[in-house]
Amino acid sequence: MDPLAVLLTMLALALTLWVISGPLRGGAEREEVELAARIADLKAAKEARYREIRDAEMDYRTGKLSEEDWRALDRELRAEAVEILRKLDELGAGER
Amino acid sequence: MPDLGRALLFLALLTAVYGVGAAVYGARSGRREWVHSARRAAYALAGLVTAAFALLEIAFLRSDFNLEVVWSHSSTTTPPFYRLAAAWSSQEGSLLLWLWLLSLASALVLFLTRRRLRDVQPYAIAVLMGFAVFFAGLLVFAVSPFQELAVTPAEGVGLNPLLRHPAMMAHPPMLYAGYTLWAVPFAFAVGALIVRRVDAEWIVATRRFALAAWLFLGVGILLGARWSYSELGWGGYWAWDPVENASLLPWLTGTAFIHSVMVQEKRGMLKTWNASLILATGTLAILGTFLVRSGVLDSIHAFTDGGLGWPFITLICVMLAGSIYLVTTRRDALRSENRLDSLLSREAMFLANNLVLVAFAFVVFWGTFFPLISEALSGEKQTLGPPWYDKYIVPLALVLVALTGLGPAIPWRRATRAAVRRAFTVPAAAGVAAGVLAALLGAADHLASLALFALAGFAGAIAIQEFVRGIRARRAMTGEAPPLAFVSLVRRNRRRYGGYIVHLGIVVLFVGVAASSAFQEVHDERMRPGETREIGSGYSVRYERPTSRIDIRGDDVERIVFGAQLTLLKDGRKVGELRPERGYYPIQGRAGVAPLSRYFDGEATSEVAMRPGLFRDVWTAVMPDVNELLKTVREGDRRFEAAAGKLPEEQYARSLGLAVRGLVDNYPGEAPPATFRLMVSPLVAWIWIGSLIAFAGGLIAVWPASDLARRRATAGYAARVARELGRA
Repeated sequence: MDPLAVLLTMLALALTLWVISGPLRGGAEREEVELAARIADLKAAKEARYREIRDAEMDYRTGKLSEEDWRALDRELRAEAVEILRKLDELGAGER
Repeated sequence: MPDLGRALLFLALLTAVYGVGAAVYGARSGRREWVHSARRAAYALAGLVTAAFALLEIAFLRSDFNLEVVWSHSSTTTPPFYRLAAAWSSQEGSLLLWLWLLSLASALVLFLTRRRLRDVQPYAIAVLMGFAVFFAGLLVFAVSPFQELAVTPAEGVGLNPLLRHPAMMAHPPMLYAGYTLWAVPFAFAVGALIVRRVDAEWIVATRRFALAAWLFLGVGILLGARWSYSELGWGGYWAWDPVENASLLPWLTGTAFIHSVMVQEKRGMLKTWNASLILATGTLAILGTFLVRSGVLDSIHAFTDGGLGWPFITLICVMLAGSIYLVTTRRDALRSENRLDSLLSREAMFLANNLVLVAFAFVVFWGTFFPLISEALSGEKQTLGPPWYDKYIVPLALVLVALTGLGPAIPWRRATRAAVRRAFTVPAAAGVAAGVLAALLGAADHLASLALFALAGFAGAIAIQEFVRGIRARRAMTGEAPPLAFVSLVRRNRRRYGGYIVHLGIVVLFVGVAASSAFQEVHDERMRPGETREIGSGYSVRYERPTSRIDIRGDDVERIVFGAQLTLLKDGRKVGELRPERGYYPIQGRAGVAPLSRYFDGEATSEVAMRPGLFRDVWTAVMPDVNELLKTVREGDRRFEAAAGKLPEEQYARSLGLAVRGLVDNYPGEAPPATFRLMVSPLVAWIWIGSLIAFAGGLIAVWPASDLARRRATAGYAARVARELGRA
């Protein structure tokens, strides 16, 4: 095997080991990571509810939903969004 | 370089195996650091495979013929532009391309979702890395792209001339990007089913990947159609060829999926259906790769090799069995949260659209595999041609176009009569007008085409109406001028209005397909110079004279070109000239080929000559009669073989060159007859235009909104909800 190829292979191996072993070398931040994951999921859910609220309003304004239906749907979606915001507040991530 | 390439691929395989193991161990033991390590293995895999792929491309660019794959798929006369593409014309290179694109897609999705779906993610990583293990395993143990030859040849065999077309540079990477991107929602669906977290979170997290897969696969299919139309010399853009069909199958089920997930997101319904659809789409993507690379079905894609059948069949069986197991054992979790309120609702329309798309896919699947099925049952291989497909596809396409219009205009849950009247009055009138116009223009005798034009008018009007209403609503809210309101509307609702643009494009595409299929005029004519033929729609073609030339690249003949100069006449008046050609590529890199025949017995390709237009294309291809010429070539072979070794090498080469030059120069003077395919195809341009519109819409839908734009779009709602929270 070409010595340069051996050297480059060793370098690639070392880099790979360094990259994949990172989390195994220092696992102290586990709780923070778990919290961040929970907050990220809730924020994604919040964005989804906002999108739904916006979609419902667009349906109403383009004549696809009656005002009565829209208000009912909007109320329901807002209640869900409020619940998500409350959970975010509890986790200390309540920026609005 | 070959040693390094092989080592990188071996490291990639080990990394992928580790990724699977670490992800599953992390999930089972609850030790998150192992999951993070597995995710990092995906990043490392992307780096390793990128390096290996770059090495292969460098070998092609440098014409390193010590690599078997470079020798057998490239040559010094292959233009550098096509040498890059030559990598994926080979079995080995295309599998490496698959692995590379998969590794990039995996790394990207795992980075973007690194703080989300923490329970689903380990299994998604394991599935993605599992695919990587499969393809890296093939590249390490079965078909290495870094296999060396014992003796380095001076010249390579060259790239299949059929693939020397710009569309072919991009066609395979686009298809493979589509296939590999479908692996992303597939993997997350498997993860969601394993942990029974089957709400819409995994769909939202991977939605852009599904849209991007749809987009890339669609662009790949379109490029293939364009290549077929302008390169294959038969004049069509779609032949229901097994490999074409293989790419269409996941696109159809994927199209159904990106519609039906909206029902799950909005109403919590169709969970089993969505899970089944994406599992089927992922499996069909692997099946598509298998059909291209295994050569199990006869196809115009003759650049395939056998030998990979069993590994692929095993993988497909595992995917199928695993999918069925997961869906059946998670029935309870997959139960719908709501019921269908009315048949006149958007969810009902989406369901109908899904059924049509899946029926479409089933027809294509049956037609594609019928040769294998018939052979298994009767021992005789039978194929199903375009008339069989038309019998089923045409009615399905009509219903699909109708649903393309109906879906967006009907509200969720249920539509009132007043809403239906408001939504459909103008589009229905537009549909009738389109039908009448088509009948007046001569479509009255073609019932299916007439119906399609009318339905296209209806669906197109719905899409435009949606924009008009949206702009009006936007103006009422903000007072913006119409152009600004249009831009804001699309920017703030990319998925919805991007989707409507896609619908508009698909409708235009269907019009092009219907018109060019039903009203195409095809003439196969044998003509001598000076003769004229009528080809329809008032056009005629006069064969003026034969043409010939030699294209040189470097110090060697790239190809010999025989063609024809045609005069195109419309109602007797000259409107243009057309020069269809046929290129003959010399046999390269092989010993034992007769000296003169080498230039005429290699691959040959048609260079189509067209006069494209918005309303019709005039399309011509030529098949020169070289029989007389070949008699002289065989005689020349005998003389040169007799002279070999007797003449000094330089004199021999010069004499051979002069002989080739003489044969080519004499060809026009002998005024041989030629066979022409002459066609007038209406509205073909609209197939390409419609596709571009659809892809522009897809791009809008897939393009992520900037953080600022998203905050602006949701700021009002956020404030409102926050106020609610204050009151609660």
